[in-house]
Amino acid sequence: MSFRGKDVLSILDFSRNDLERLFRIASSRFEGDELKGKVVALAFFEPSTRTRLSFETATLRLGGGYIGFDAVQGTSIAKGETFSDTIRMLDAYADVIVVRHSLEGAAKLAAELAEAPVINAGDGSKRHPTQAMIDLYTVWREKKGIDNLVYGVLGDLRYGRASGSFLRALNLYSPRKAYLIAPESLRPKEELLDTLRMPWEFADLEEVLPELDVLYVTRIQKERFPDPAEYERVKGSYRIDAALLKNAKEDMIILHPLPRVDEIALDVDSTPHARYFKQAAYGVPIRMALLREVVP
Amino acid sequence: MSEELVVRRISNGTVIDHIPAGRALKVLRILGITGEEGYMVSMVMNVYSKKLGKKDIVKVEGRELSSEEVNKIALVAPTATINIVRDYEVVEKRKVELPDRIEGIVRCVNPKCVTNAPREAVHPSFRVISRKPLKLVCEYCGEYLTEEEVIAQLAGT
Repeated sequence: MSFRGKDVLSILDFSRNDLERLFRIASSRFEGDELKGKVVALAFFEPSTRTRLSFETATLRLGGGYIGFDAVQGTSIAKGETFSDTIRMLDAYADVIVVRHSLEGAAKLAAELAEAPVINAGDGSKRHPTQAMIDLYTVWREKKGIDNLVYGVLGDLRYGRASGSFLRALNLYSPRKAYLIAPESLRPKEELLDTLRMPWEFADLEEVLPELDVLYVTRIQKERFPDPAEYERVKGSYRIDAALLKNAKEDMIILHPLPRVDEIALDVDSTPHARYFKQAAYGVPIRMALLREVVP
Repeated sequence: MSEELVVRRISNGTVIDHIPAGRALKVLRILGITGEEGYMVSMVMNVYSKKLGKKDIVKVEGRELSSEEVNKIALVAPTATINIVRDYEVVEKRKVELPDRIEGIVRCVNPKCVTNAPREAVHPSFRVISRKPLKLVCEYCGEYLTEEEVIAQLAGT
C-alpha cells in the first residue's frame, strides 16, 4: 500500500508488509531532498523532546522546512482558540501536520478537519504510532526479526502510551509470548487486553527475566499513585540494574522510549543489553522514511 | 390486547411496542419527543406481555418514524417492534435494528477524549462491538461504553 497522502493515526493502520518496507527504507541510510520546498507543521500541544526534535531533524535531513510550536503559550490557543481552528490554519500553511496532544483522539479529529496528511505524534494515553514503529524497528534490527520472541513489557501499562502502542504493534507479528509486568493499579485496561492476539500473562520480573528476549521498560510515574507509600513499596520491583541482569539471557535487549528516571540504573547503560539510546537514534531514520513516504 | 383498555387505538402514526418495562421514557428521550411538538403521545408502562412478562408501549399520533430514527432506540429497547399505522390499519411492522455505528446519542465516558473537549468540531461516535450485552467502543479514543453506562446516560438529564 502507498502511504502517500495517508494519515498515520494508529500503528494498526499499517500491515506488516507496510512496516517492513518502512524498515528497509530506514536502514538503507538514504539521503535526499524529497522534502525540498515542503513545509512540515509540528503542532505540539503538549511538551516533547525526542519526538519533536527527531521530526525536526528528519525534516531538515530531507531538505524540508518546518513551522510549529511546542507549547500553547505564545499561540492563539492561549487566547482560547480551539484545537480544530488551529488545525484548519496549519492545514492551509503546511504539506503535512504532525500532532501531539494530551487529548485522546485529537489526531483523528485533526485528520478529519485537514486535507493535508496528519501524523499522530502521540495523543492521550493510548496511541503513539511513530514510537511503536521505532520500537519495532529496533527489535527488527537488533534481533534480526520480531516473530517468535518472548517479550516483557514493564512499567505503567495503563496510562503509558508508548507501552500500549508497542503491545498493539506486536499484534502485527507473532511473538511467542508477552509478559505484562506492572503493579496491579497500572495494568492495562480491558480495551487493550481484549485486542492482544498473542499469548500473554501478568508476571513478576524476576521470575520471567531468564526467559525474555526483549524487555521493554517504561516509567512508572509517582503521581499515578493515590498513596505515595504504595509507590515507595512497589517501585523496587520495577527497577532494572546490572546485578539483576545476571539472570538474563546474554542476548536479551532492553528498550525504553525515554525519558527514564530511575527505572533503569545507570550501570545498565554499559551492558550489552542496553539498546535504548540506539532506539532513540533510530527515531530519525524511521521518521525520515515515514515523511518521505507520506508527504504528497 | 390489554393495553387497549388503557390507551385507545391511533388512526395514523407510529406504535412502538415491546419496549422493555420501564424504558418508555428513555425511548421518548432518544427520539427527541418532549411533548412540545404537539403530537398526541400516549404511553403505557409495565403492562402484561406474553413475550416479555411486562412491557412498555409508546404511541405517537400523526408522525411516522423513519427506520433511522427508530433504530437509535435499540440502545435501550432492543426488543421493540415498530408499527406504522394508517387509517387504523398497521401498514408496516418491523423490528428495531441496532446500527453498527452510533453517532451523537451518548457521550464518551473518558474525560480525556477529544469528543468531550468543549467547542471542538467533533461529535461523539461509537462502533457497536457487542449487541448482547451492549458494548460500544469510542471511535476517537477507543474507550468502551457498557450497556449500564448507556442506560445511565439516557436516564439522566
